[in-house]
Amino acid sequence: MNTESNRHTYLFAGIMVITIAFVLSFTSESLKELKLDNVKKEKMQNILSTVGVNVSRDESEDLYNQYIIEELSLTHNGDIDQEVNAFNINLALEIRKGLDDQRFPLYIADVDNSKYYIIPLRGNGLWNAIWGYIALKQDINTIEGISFGHEAETAGLGAEITQDWFMNSFNDEKILNSNGEFVGIYVSKSNNDPDNIDKNDNEVDAISGATITGDGVSDMIKERLENYLPYFNNLSNE
Amino acid sequence: MSKDKEKLFSKKNRTLLTDPLDDSNPITVQVLGVCSALAITVKLEPAVVMTLSVIFVMGSSNMIISILRNIIPNRIRIIVQLVVIAFLVALVDQFLKAYAYDVSKQLSIFIGLIITNCIVMGRLEAFALGNGVWKSFLDGVGNALGYGWILIVVAFIRELFGSGELFGIPVIPEFIYELGYRDNGLMLLSPMALIVVGVYIWIQRYFNRKLIEKD
Repeated sequence: MNTESNRHTYLFAGIMVITIAFVLSFTSESLKELKLDNVKKEKMQNILSTVGVNVSRDESEDLYNQYIIEELSLTHNGDIDQEVNAFNINLALEIRKGLDDQRFPLYIADVDNSKYYIIPLRGNGLWNAIWGYIALKQDINTIEGISFGHEAETAGLGAEITQDWFMNSFNDEKILNSNGEFVGIYVSKSNNDPDNIDKNDNEVDAISGATITGDGVSDMIKERLENYLPYFNNLSNE
Repeated sequence: MSKDKEKLFSKKNRTLLTDPLDDSNPITVQVLGVCSALAITVKLEPAVVMTLSVIFVMGSSNMIISILRNIIPNRIRIIVQLVVIAFLVALVDQFLKAYAYDVSKQLSIFIGLIITNCIVMGRLEAFALGNGVWKSFLDGVGNALGYGWILIVVAFIRELFGSGELFGIPVIPEFIYELGYRDNGLMLLSPMALIVVGVYIWIQRYFNRKLIEKD
């Protein structure tokens, strides 16, 4: 067999590529359900973790249905869009639309008779996207809990935003300053309060070596939460 | 055909497995695949999963290329090797996403980057194209082990001194911190991986004199 002929080369390449494409698409399709299920349950798990309900991925669906009492899609003006299912909003795509076309998902949880507002976050870290969920207490100012995820931040540095010690440092911090204006939470390198005793300074301590990821977290919280202010203002005027 | 009678684990075949651990270690002797060794050695768990993934990819790709070695057109052999590696890596990625979701998230892009790991292609080019299937399999697994061994040693040192943990479990007792000990954040930065690998090479050469260049 002449393995150097053009005919053999094309034939070999053709058969190889088709075989591999077939096996890969077959694997991908047959694992699709499992993969999507993982993603959905993880989303529920992350939403629940912000209100202090820590569950395994397998239990998350039942508890999600138990604790989350409302899923709302908000417009930029603070109105509720009944037509869009909030849970199915893919923030990665949504965030690229103009503000007027975007729908902002809001989850309302009821845990032991306390009401919490859970807002999904998404922004940019150093290498790729970062995201998370932030739960606000009924005063719409104090943070009950926060959870972060990331696509590709550096392990041991930026990826530390998903560690409990970092996420817990947001607990009880305020998103409004002392004049009641919205400022968000800054991940601060020049924080004078590294032990995080002052819960009214709108700051948490940054992670060494993860400046850009930390700035991404600050920007993400500010940019996303701002969009919900009209809705929250409507609430407090009612 | 006397070769066929060679035992599965003859001395020669065993060295295919054991040589890459020391004498011809891909990272510390051949200095291949260093980039990923710097990136994923901050913690032990990703290093272990990475090692397992590389063992699978190298063992299988060496076997596949060895089976096909007589019909691969020479002119496109590099492309063929790349396609086979990329195929196996995509498979690993799919299975991790379905069955080991948490680990797959931790390793994120680095699984995909196995494709660019010079060791994998280097072994296909240097060994699998010219040797039988079983030998190629051993060579692939051996080199993956040699690579993984360094990953795990470096990750062990970096996680222990950088975060005071092993596999995410704190191992340094509280009273040592009370005496004023602090985790060394420098260990978490990539340059320290290079330095740890350097120190490893130094120690390795101290014990394995034949690695020292004559001049």
